[in-house]
Amino acid sequence: MMDRFRMIFQYFQSNSESVMNGICGLLALASVKMYTCFDFSCPCLPRYNMAYGLGIMFIPPIILFLCGLILNRQSLVMLDEWRRPQGHRKKDLAVIRYMCSSIVQRAMVAPVVWIIVTLLDGKCLICAFSGSMDPEKFVGFANVTPVQVEQLLAKVPCKDDELMRNNTSHKAVSRYLRCWSQALGWSILLILIIAAFLARWLRPCFNQASLLQARHWSNYIDIEQKIFEETCCEHSRLFAHKCILHFFESMRQEIKLHNFNLPREGEGDEGEEDLLQGITDQDQVNKLLETWYYDKPPLDVSQATQRHPLGRERSPLPRADSPRTHSKFPQHTNV
Amino acid sequence: MDKFRMIFQFFQSNQESFMNGICGIMALASTQMYSAFDFNCPCLPHYNMAYGLGILLVPPFILFLLGFVLNNNISMLAEEWRRPQGQRGKDPAVLRYMFCSMAQRAMIAPAVWVSVTLLDGKCITCAFCTSVPVETLGNASHPLLSQGEIQRVLAQIPCKEIYHGQELIANEVAVRYLRCISQALGWCFVLLMTTLAFLVRSLRPCFSQAAFLKSRYWSHYIDIERKLFDETCAEHARSFAKVCIQQFFEGMSTDLVAARCHLPRKTSEDAGEASKKLLGITDRGTMNMALKSWHRCKPPLHLLPPALPSGNGWAGEGQPPVHPSTPRRETAAYYSLV
Repeated sequence: MMDRFRMIFQYFQSNSESVMNGICGLLALASVKMYTCFDFSCPCLPRYNMAYGLGIMFIPPIILFLCGLILNRQSLVMLDEWRRPQGHRKKDLAVIRYMCSSIVQRAMVAPVVWIIVTLLDGKCLICAFSGSMDPEKFVGFANVTPVQVEQLLAKVPCKDDELMRNNTSHKAVSRYLRCWSQALGWSILLILIIAAFLARWLRPCFNQASLLQARHWSNYIDIEQKIFEETCCEHSRLFAHKCILHFFESMRQEIKLHNFNLPREGEGDEGEEDLLQGITDQDQVNKLLETWYYDKPPLDVSQATQRHPLGRERSPLPRADSPRTHSKFPQHTNV
Repeated sequence: MDKFRMIFQFFQSNQESFMNGICGIMALASTQMYSAFDFNCPCLPHYNMAYGLGILLVPPFILFLLGFVLNNNISMLAEEWRRPQGQRGKDPAVLRYMFCSMAQRAMIAPAVWVSVTLLDGKCITCAFCTSVPVETLGNASHPLLSQGEIQRVLAQIPCKEIYHGQELIANEVAVRYLRCISQALGWCFVLLMTTLAFLVRSLRPCFSQAAFLKSRYWSHYIDIERKLFDETCAEHARSFAKVCIQQFFEGMSTDLVAARCHLPRKTSEDAGEASKKLLGITDRGTMNMALKSWHRCKPPLHLLPPALPSGNGWAGEGQPPVHPSTPRRETAAYYSLV
């Protein structure tokens, strides 16, 4: 049984980083898909353009970043480690910093993908900055008043407008802005890739030993939490098993008391009797189910673990409110 | 250990195929990126060249660095390069081999991008449309246009819908000319790359094959050793965690025994078995205490020797344990201090 646990935990250990990387990649793909499905519709009004354009460029990345933090299991582990009282175990800030930086790096991928796709596509920047163009750079705005210029420039992103369809100067503005937007997108991508490359290349040059330690202990904390949860699950399974057996025992006792059954003879059918727990007809089953609903047993199997499982000479079981089960520790009585 | 050996044989034989797979995926991704990317020539005199050459050269550089970033061996290479010598000598031939093999794989996606770009022709058309030989292809003796005007008109060649220089030079003619040059460059580039790859592969065994075999072996060795070390550390962390948690629960049940010494226990074999499985926790209050203690006061990262279970001290009273009631378990003899 422990071997099985060991194999399962090896699987989790070797795969928790790949699980996180997989989630990170899925979020990046999801952000590209979201962008292509989203129906961008620039308002083409003087002051609304900038707000809409920049809003679409920056608000979804914030949402994706928060999603990346939420979906990462390690962020809870890190918060737990950060906020726990010191107690007997010292806290190592390097471990917490390492966990924090790895969580943030993974969560940053999807927002960056959104921003870059937005810039390479160009619609957001055209919408946001068409009103800020200098009309003198482009032919076709010569004999127009400033207010009209503002209106016309604001309408540049709306290609379907009547006035815009064959207007070459508007296409020129659009092309110009798009060119800048794409250049900005590629530049940002280049800078980020150079930063990632330098980080991977240069990291072993600084503090490699303390990095290895921080990584080891952060893995350890993760594994320890998983093993603790597994141990608690096992324990609660056994606890529940004992509690229910105890419940059936007490029902059998009650039924015996009320029905004045004759003592059974013969050891042969003990095995099967045990399975039926002494409950052998419809009324008894109904009574048992009713009691299970209306009067669940207390969460205390300390007496159950002391009993001989097959003995018949038993004293009636103490109830939850008898003085023998009181201990020095606070008990919650509303079971 | 057999299982580990199998896993590492798998990794060894497949590390190279894994990296080849990534390399192929990146090449496909680069063609996909190119077709998804909406090429948008600015059609303005000085911007064209910058945009066109930028699109031709910047994404390949990004793909090249990405090929390094995605390769796990890069941190291994840097580590091996920067480690203090200690008791193990460093072999520069091994480092060179590792770097060359990573660089070769990282070169494939950029080469694919450059080839696709040149064969498609839009970049070269955009970048060099102002350098079209108007004398030979068009009507250079147009009287009213100054040099600047001519440049502006020529810059609009890639944008058919705003081009208004048909008298100077026909749009079709210029585009065909530029595209032809671009495709010729593209095919030459592909031929050059393929020839280089062929020469590298076929001529390498002629020079220092023995040294090459040694470098390859030791670079694989360094990779496997690092993975095995990581696996061993992970195994150790698991065992450490298990023993730490066991001792936490044992310490708690020792405290409980000490605190409840007024309840005489009928020790039978089954009670021992049951309470061993239940870790000594048999009621709700105790379990709540255990969970609270796990959060408030985690056990120290210091595994005790097997014979001395001691309490965690949260029971409050300093009563010494009556006798170690929990049966002996196998504990790992790890001692470490945090």
